[in-house]
Amino acid sequence: MNILVLLRMVPDVVEELEIAPDGKRLDTEFLRMILSESDDHALEEALILKERHGGKVTVLATAAPDIDDVLFAALAKGADRVVKIAGGDGGLSAREAAHVFAFTLQKEAGLLPADLILTGVQAIDDLDSLIAPLVGHLLRLPYLGIVTQVAVGEGAKVATVLKEYSGGVRGEFEVSLPAVLGIQAAEKPPRYVPVAKVRAAMKSSKIDAIAAPDLAAANRSLLEVIEMKKPEVTGHAEMLEGAPEAVSSKLVGILSERGLL
Amino acid sequence: MPGNIWVLAEQWRGKVSEITYEALALGREVADQLGVRLEAVLLGHKVKDLAGTLGCAASVFYVDHPMLAEPIADLQADALTQLVKARKPQAILIPLTNVSLGVGTLQAEQLGLPVVNFCKDLRVVDGKLQAECIMYGGKIETTVTAPGETVVIGLGPGARPADKGRATQAPPVEDVTVTLPEKTGVRLTRYVEPEAGDVDITQKDVLVAVGRGIQSQDNLALAEELAAAMDGAVCGSRPVIDQGWLGLTRQVGKSGLTVKPKIYLALGISGAPEHVEGMKDASLIVAVNTDSQAPIFSVAHFGIVADVMDVIPALTDAVKSKKG
Amino acid sequence: MSDPATIRYFGIPGFAVLWLLTLVSFFLFGARVLRYVNTLRKARAENRWRNLPRRIWLFVVNVLGQGRLFGEWVIGIAHFLIFWAFVFYAASFFWNLIRGLFPFLPIPYADDVGWMAFALVAFGILGLVALAVAAVRRYIFTPTGLERSGDATLILTLITLVLVTSLVGHWSRESAPQVAKAMWWLHMAIVLGFMAYLPYSKHLHLLASPFGVLFGALKPGGIPPASEGASRREEFTWRELFNGLACAECGRCERACPAFQSGEPLSPKVLMHHFKELVRASGNGHDGKSFVGDVVQRAEIWACRTCYSCMDRCPVFNEHIPVLVEMRRYLVSQGDMDAQLQGALTNLTRYGNSFGTSPRARAKWTQGLDFKIKDARKEPVDYLWFVGDYASFDPRLQPATRSAARVFQGAGLDFGILYDGEQNSGNDVRRVGEEGLGEMLADKNRQAFGLAQFQQTVTTDPHSYQALKNEYGAADEANGSQRPVFHYTEVVDRLMADGRLPVQNRLTLKATYHDPCYLGRYNNIYDAPRRILQRLGVDVVEMPRARADSYCCGAGGGKIWMEDAPGTSVRPAQSRVLEAATLPGVDTLVVSCPKDLVMFQDALKTAQLEGRLVVKEMMELVEEACIPRKE
Repeated sequence: MNILVLLRMVPDVVEELEIAPDGKRLDTEFLRMILSESDDHALEEALILKERHGGKVTVLATAAPDIDDVLFAALAKGADRVVKIAGGDGGLSAREAAHVFAFTLQKEAGLLPADLILTGVQAIDDLDSLIAPLVGHLLRLPYLGIVTQVAVGEGAKVATVLKEYSGGVRGEFEVSLPAVLGIQAAEKPPRYVPVAKVRAAMKSSKIDAIAAPDLAAANRSLLEVIEMKKPEVTGHAEMLEGAPEAVSSKLVGILSERGLL
Repeated sequence: MPGNIWVLAEQWRGKVSEITYEALALGREVADQLGVRLEAVLLGHKVKDLAGTLGCAASVFYVDHPMLAEPIADLQADALTQLVKARKPQAILIPLTNVSLGVGTLQAEQLGLPVVNFCKDLRVVDGKLQAECIMYGGKIETTVTAPGETVVIGLGPGARPADKGRATQAPPVEDVTVTLPEKTGVRLTRYVEPEAGDVDITQKDVLVAVGRGIQSQDNLALAEELAAAMDGAVCGSRPVIDQGWLGLTRQVGKSGLTVKPKIYLALGISGAPEHVEGMKDASLIVAVNTDSQAPIFSVAHFGIVADVMDVIPALTDAVKSKKG
Repeated sequence: MSDPATIRYFGIPGFAVLWLLTLVSFFLFGARVLRYVNTLRKARAENRWRNLPRRIWLFVVNVLGQGRLFGEWVIGIAHFLIFWAFVFYAASFFWNLIRGLFPFLPIPYADDVGWMAFALVAFGILGLVALAVAAVRRYIFTPTGLERSGDATLILTLITLVLVTSLVGHWSRESAPQVAKAMWWLHMAIVLGFMAYLPYSKHLHLLASPFGVLFGALKPGGIPPASEGASRREEFTWRELFNGLACAECGRCERACPAFQSGEPLSPKVLMHHFKELVRASGNGHDGKSFVGDVVQRAEIWACRTCYSCMDRCPVFNEHIPVLVEMRRYLVSQGDMDAQLQGALTNLTRYGNSFGTSPRARAKWTQGLDFKIKDARKEPVDYLWFVGDYASFDPRLQPATRSAARVFQGAGLDFGILYDGEQNSGNDVRRVGEEGLGEMLADKNRQAFGLAQFQQTVTTDPHSYQALKNEYGAADEANGSQRPVFHYTEVVDRLMADGRLPVQNRLTLKATYHDPCYLGRYNNIYDAPRRILQRLGVDVVEMPRARADSYCCGAGGGKIWMEDAPGTSVRPAQSRVLEAATLPGVDTLVVSCPKDLVMFQDALKTAQLEGRLVVKEMMELVEEACIPRKE
C-alpha cells in the first residue's frame, strides 16, 4: 500500500496567545507551533495500516518552526519518507496549504499514485478551508471526513470506513480507493516514540526539502482580516470559596432555594 | 444586485438539526439588515415535509434526488453548486457539524468562492458582511471579510438561540432539479448505533458529568453515588469515553449528545468547545476544576476551584443530609 | 585415629575412593559453574572494577563482617556464626582433602592439630546453636517472604550434618575409633556431595555473593549503564544477571518493598528469582515465552518506586532497581506504557515539565511574594535555587515554595532561580526508562547553568538533588567546575548553626519526621532535618520505620505519573500516615520533599485521618519560627 500523510503545524494553545501590534495576526514572539492533533492521528492511522498491510508511508508537511522535529519523529515511528515543503514558514492558510499539497503531489515524482491520502479532519486554525476535502477536490479523489476507522479491502480497491456522527452514532461507508480521508481519531492513540529514537533518526535519515510552488492569486487566501482579538469574557461563574464541606453546603443551599433538589 | 442570504438546512435521518434553526435566526437578521431575502436550501430524498419547519426563511429550495438520501459531502456540494451558479446568493450559511463538514469547502472551491469557518456571528458593516470567527479552540476571535459576490460561511453552534429560527408558518417551497452522478466513490452502507445504554441522558434533569479530573475509573463509583443521591445520571466528556470508562451513550459534546438538564455538574472538565457545545443550554451549570483558568468557568453559573475528588464525597454527604 | 586414606576397604585404598568421590564432585561442581560463567560472558559487559580499595573494604565489612545481616539482629548473629563456622569448616575440609588425596604429604589432618581441633569444636557448637536459632525462625516464626522450600531444608540439614559428623567424629576419636572413621568419611562425603549440589541450589549464593558484594554498587544510584533496554538474556549485563545467582531468597527486600506491601504484583525477591531462572535456562532461556511480558509481567516492572529499600538492605548487594530500569527502557522503546505515563513523557519532552503547562509559567508561584527573586541568568548569585517541577507548578505546593523563598530571603541568602530556563531534572524520567529524554533535560539544564553565575546550588526537591548532585556531575567536570549541590535542609541547618537564622518564635509541636527516599537512603541525610526541627522547639518522635527504614510515600520511580494500579490494598502513603497516627500525642507529620506533601495530604483523606494529623513541609515550620511576619 502507498499511503500519504499530510501534516501541518498549528499554534500551541498551551502557551498564552498574544495579538501582534497591528491587531490582525498572532504575535510570534512566544508563539510555539505544535503538530495539529488530528494530523497526529492521521499519521498514526497510516502507520497502523502499513503495519497491517505492508507498503510505504510518505509524510508531507508544510514548513513551519519545529517541523523538523515532527518529521524526524515520524521517521522514528516508522514512516518511510518525509518531505518538507518550504516557503510560507507556518503562515500558510488552510486553502493555501491545500493548494500547495495538491500541486506538490502532482508535480513531485514518487508520490502519486497513492492508495490513501490521510490528513487530520480539521485544525484549530482552518479559517478559510479544510485540507482533506479541498485536496480531494483538486486531485479529483473521493473524500470522507471525521473518520475513526479504516479497513482496507483486498487489492486496496475499496476501504470500509467509519465516520462519526453525534450521539455516538457512526456511519459505515464504502470508499473507493484512492481517496482522501479526514481522520478524527486513529484506531489507537498516537504511539510514543522515545527521544533516543528521534535523535537516531536525525543522525541516520534526512528530510527531503522541496520548494513550495508559486501560488496563483486565485489560490491564495481569499479572506481579509479586519481584526484579531482575545474574546471578552462575557460571563464568568460565581465562584464559591471554602473547604469542600462548606462549599458543598453552600451549593446544596443554592440548589434547594431554586427548587432543584 | 446583491444576492440573498441562504441557509443550508441540515437534515439527518428524518430530522432537521437544531443548528439549522440557529442559522435561520442569524440569516434572517442579516438578510433584514441587508434588505434581501432569506432562503433555505433543503437537500434530500423524500423529505419535502421537513421544509414546513423552515418558515423563518422567505422560501425553501427543495432538491430531491435519490443520491441525496444520505449526506455525502461531494454530492451535496455538487447539488448546492448548481443552485448557487443559477441564483447567485450573497452568503450561504452551512452548519459546521459532523453531518455537513466539508460541504462548504467543496462547494466553494467548485466556484472559486471564499469560505469562512468557525463563524459565530455575522455583522453588516457599510453594507458588507463581516464574519466573527472563533479560532484556536476558543482562544482568539477573528473578524474577517471576503471579497466577491458570494461567500460561504461555515457556521459553528450557538450563533443565535434556535427558538428564534423556528416559525409556525410553513414557507413556500420550490422544487429544484439537479443532475448528479449515478455512482460515487463514497457510499453509506449502514449506521452503527452505539450499544444500547441503560440511561438516556438527554431525558435526565440532573447530570453529573465527569472529565479527566476524575483521574481513574475507580473514582467513577463516587460520581455514581452522587448522581444517585440527586436522582441523576453520570455522563462524561470525550476523554472519559475514549478511555472506555463510560459508554458512547454517555458522551456529551459535538460527537456525543446535546443535553439540557436542569442541573449540570461539570466535574474535572476543562470546557473545550466540543464539549461545551453539548451542554451550554443547561439551566444551571456548576463547574469544579483545579485550574482557575479553565474555560468551563466562563460557561458555568457557579464555579469551585478544588480537586474533584474532594468535592464529590462532600457534596454527596451534603445532598444526602439535605434530603434527610 | 588411623589414616582413613591408607586403610583399605574391600581392597581399595581409602585415598582412591576419596579421589573418585572428589573427581565426581569437582566435575559436577565445575561443569555447572562453568556454564554459569559462560552465560555471563555472553551477556553485556559492565565495568565493576573501579575503586578496588573501596570494594575490598565493602567486602571486609559485608562479607567477612556480615554487615547487612545485622539489620535483623537475631538472625544476623546466627548467620554470622554459621558463616564463620562454614568458612572454618571449609578451610578444614580442604586441608583434610589435600591430605587425604595425597597421603604421602608430611602434614597432619586438621583434626589432629590441637588448636585446629579446638576451633572446630568451638565453631561446631556455636554453629549448631546458630542453626537451631535459624531453624526455629524459619519453621516456627516464619518471617513473611521466607519460603520454606525443600531446597532450603535440605541445605540446613546438610550443614547440620557437616557439623555434627565432625563433632561426633572428634569426640569418638579415642573412645570409638570406628565411629570416628565412619564420621570422617560421612563428613567428607557430605561436603563433597554438598559441593556438587551447591551450584544447583539456592546456596549458590555462598559462591556468588562474595563476588556480588565485591562488584556491587559503590553508592546508591540504580541507573544501569547506557543501553536501549533489555528483554533477552544477552541484553542484560553480566552484573544484572549475576543478581539471580547471588540471591539467597531471604525476603528482606520483599518485606521492605512498598509496592509488594500494598498488594501490587512486584516482589523484588521473586524478581531476582526470575533472573536466576533466566540464567539457568538452557538454550535461549524462553520456551517461546518472552521474559519481559510473560515471565516478568508489565505490572511488576512498572510498580517499582525506586525507593531503594531493597538494595539498601540486601545482604548480598543485589541490584533490583537497575534490572527494572533496563526492562522499562525496553518497554519505553516499544512505546509500551499506560496512557497517563505516555502523556507525562510527551509533556516533559515538549514543555520540560510533566504537567503540560507552558514553561513560561514555571515561576508564576513567585507572584505571591512581596519581593522579586533574582534571575540567576541575568545577575550573579551565591546560591542557585533549583526549585523542581512539583514545587513550582502544583498549586497545593506553591505556598510551601513561597515559604522557602521567604526563609532564604529572611536569612539573607543571596539566591536566584532560573525562571523558565529550569527543566525537570530528569531523575524520575531516567528511572522510568526514557534515557534519551533524561539526557535531553539534563542538557537543557546544563545549558541554563552555563548561562548563570553562581557558587553553589540548593534545591527543595530531593529527586532533583539526587540528579544534580550525583548524576549531572560528569558534565559539570567538562565545564571545569564541580560546584556543590545542597538540599535545603543542609543549608538551613548550617544557617541555623551559624546564627544566621535565629528562632524567634519557638514551636511547641509534637511531630514526626518522614525521611524522603532520595534524601535518606540515597544520600544519607538524616540528622540535618532532625537538628532543624529540634532547634525550632519541635518534640520529634520517631516512627517505627524511620531513617533508613523510612517507608516510601509511593510517588517515586515515575509512579506519580502512572495510572493507579487496580486492586491494591493499602497504598504506601496511606500506610505511612496510619503509622504516624499511631504515635501518641503527635499531630503533625513533617516532610521535606514536595511529592511527600501531596501524597500524604491525599492519603489523610482516604485514611480518614484529617482531624488527627496535618502534614507540614519543614520550610513552613522554619518560616513560622524564624521569619517575623510583616504586619
